[in-house]
Amino acid sequence: MRDQRLWTWHLLAGLVILVFLGLHMGIMHLDVLLGIFNPKDPHPVAWANVVERAKLGFFTVSYIVLLGAALFHGLYGLRNILFELGLGAAAKKGLNVTLTVGGLVLFVFGSWAAWAAGALAKTL
Amino acid sequence: MLENKGHPNRLGIWGWLGGGKWGLERYLYTLHRLTGLGLLFYFLLHIFVTSARAFGPEAWATSMGTVSGPLFVVGEFLVFCAFAFHAFNGVRLGLIELGFAIGNPIEPVYPYRTSVHEQRPLAIVMMVLAGLVVLAGGLDFFILH
Repeated sequence: MRDQRLWTWHLLAGLVILVFLGLHMGIMHLDVLLGIFNPKDPHPVAWANVVERAKLGFFTVSYIVLLGAALFHGLYGLRNILFELGLGAAAKKGLNVTLTVGGLVLFVFGSWAAWAAGALAKTL
Repeated sequence: MLENKGHPNRLGIWGWLGGGKWGLERYLYTLHRLTGLGLLFYFLLHIFVTSARAFGPEAWATSMGTVSGPLFVVGEFLVFCAFAFHAFNGVRLGLIELGFAIGNPIEPVYPYRTSVHEQRPLAIVMMVLAGLVVLAGGLDFFILH
């Protein structure tokens, strides 16, 4: 039952990633064709553009949502692939703990960075 | 993921790569795994590289300086291609999981037919859409910049 529930979350996280990563890719890599959310400089990663986006609460929230969804989707996918190699019970448990703790640490760090960048941008 | 009790993956990694008789969709599965692993690896590095924005413009410039140059442009384009493929193939997998585009149930009368043939148009449409996004990306990455 637990695996079916995690699989459903895996699919839902994929949907969230499709929306927010699609937007991210459009802003960062289809910048000339789409020309969205890069108001200060033609280059998407120019500091002025980073600040403008960070000032918008929408981007702080979307980065954190995308971070959580992508970490869960990616690490759960990795877990499924590794489980197929016929790991023993102890190795499976160790992998579950490692991926869960690692994912949570990365989520906390990445969320802090998104929040701190937003707070910094509002002072500039 | 369901437990595979009694049916271990005896083929190991080769079991992921070989398409056997299942054709296109089986290779899309393999490519989905490879692009997924590649995107995960990039994403984990991306978290650290982009977190530099929290420390101000100098840290951001230093961080961006370490990932600039022609090699990184090509690398980023490959990540973009992986994203386009993984996204559209993921939509295909989601639709099939929900029961779309697999045809109606039929009587198991010889010669047996599989739903793989019913799924094929969806696979082709999704790959064409992924290809169009890759073309748009190539245009933006290498020609318009």
